[in-house]
Amino acid sequence: MKLDLSVLTSNTGAILGGFAITLETWIAGVAIGILAGLAIALLQRRGVSPINRLLRLYIEVVRGTPFLVQLFFLYYGGPSIGLQLEAVTAGILGLGIYGSAYFAEVFRAGFNAIPKGQMEAATCLGLSRWQTVRRVMLPQMLVIIVPSLSNTIIVLSKETAVLSVITVPELTGVLTGIGSASYAFTEVLVTLCFGYLLLVEMTAWFGRWAEAKVGRYMLR
Amino acid sequence: MTTPEEQPLDARPPSAAVRARPVMVRLRGVVKRFGANAVLKGMDLDIHKSEVVCIIGPSGSGKSTMLRCMAFLEAYDGGEVFVEDRLLGYSTGRDGQRVRAGDAEINQVRRNIGMVFQQFNLWPHMTALGNVTEAPRRVRGMPRAQANELGMRMLEKVGMAPRAHAYPAQLSGGEQQRAAIARALAMEPHIMLFDEPTSSLDPELVGEVLQVMKQLARDGMTMVVVSHEMGFAAHVADTVVFIDQGLIVAQGPPQEIFQGEQHPRLQQFLQNYLERNAFWTR
Repeated sequence: MKLDLSVLTSNTGAILGGFAITLETWIAGVAIGILAGLAIALLQRRGVSPINRLLRLYIEVVRGTPFLVQLFFLYYGGPSIGLQLEAVTAGILGLGIYGSAYFAEVFRAGFNAIPKGQMEAATCLGLSRWQTVRRVMLPQMLVIIVPSLSNTIIVLSKETAVLSVITVPELTGVLTGIGSASYAFTEVLVTLCFGYLLLVEMTAWFGRWAEAKVGRYMLR
Repeated sequence: MTTPEEQPLDARPPSAAVRARPVMVRLRGVVKRFGANAVLKGMDLDIHKSEVVCIIGPSGSGKSTMLRCMAFLEAYDGGEVFVEDRLLGYSTGRDGQRVRAGDAEINQVRRNIGMVFQQFNLWPHMTALGNVTEAPRRVRGMPRAQANELGMRMLEKVGMAPRAHAYPAQLSGGEQQRAAIARALAMEPHIMLFDEPTSSLDPELVGEVLQVMKQLARDGMTMVVVSHEMGFAAHVADTVVFIDQGLIVAQGPPQEIFQGEQHPRLQQFLQNYLERNAFWTR
């Protein structure tokens, strides 16, 4: 088998453009997902029962349905309730919603791993709820959850490929387009794999670095 | 809350001198339930200024729950806890019913209470000094330099100044507990609550913590200590309170509790203790 690299070299601009969109949607989606997930996990800790049931339902629905279907709802179903979104915006929002359910579970597990007595000590010393979260819980929780956090971020990097079905011009959309036009599927798919591998390895490396950095005091 | 039949017959009032001092914590008919199970069945107790009160009793008797109610770590279901004459944890709602007070109000009343836990509960991501200065800095808004100076003074007090920059994981159990005491002292409490402070320590480390507590007692701190250390209760306490099944069965000066005429349940409790701990004399 012979690889025809000219298919790639003649489309460098489009491929890099697609890669940039993949990066953009991924990073923005992860940011939304982390913030929303943290908010959900913190709200759950307040223990107000109707709110908790609602949040639980949200997490179950988002985790229990395919990302593809959620995107269809958001992009094609959105206009019927007056939600008209650009493809990229819908992609970022969709990824954020999808990620938030998983991040919420990661944060919840992290909060639960901190011994209750540490919060009681903070309470007795007069620290407010938010001070306790920020000064006592978050720093410790981050150490505990870095591995599962980077795992979820990695999974989301590959979910960006699904955005091509709602016409987001990201890496998978661009490359499969080139493949269909040139019939050079092998070249295109190999490039695609390397593209995602690059993202995943970058994230994994960053995750390990973060683990080593934030975990220093635990190793003493 | 307490019915006359439940009122212990041989409960002795604290000695006149102690009783003449102002009351720091007043428990009136305090009831606590976990589900259908009443853990505290109506407790009355006055803790006076500079009094050292040791609470003894079998496990599951409600000692720790009672202490935790005094810090409102547990919300009591009936009766009243007054800290320096202010009702802890509740305020009167619009309809005259008692409602849980807001966090800020609870913190106001609880401000002068310091608590020491069985598991130390130091924050592992901060040094000993960091643990001690956290509350003065965040709650009192003390500048870092001043907080560090205060922190070092508190660590000095418990003999931990040389270990100020160590993390909890680098400290022995006794050192951790002493740092935890310094952390509570840094907020300058009027009352210190100790929840089995030596129960999770290796036997050879118990002494250093008790030493610190004795010094505190000598300095005139008002202390409530839940402990199995009968020696400490006998030598340091002004008042020993024996709790069984959610009720105060006996209270009085240590010599009365340990040597006086004893309630049958107290007698049994002390006999058990003696058999477990003083085997060499038998």
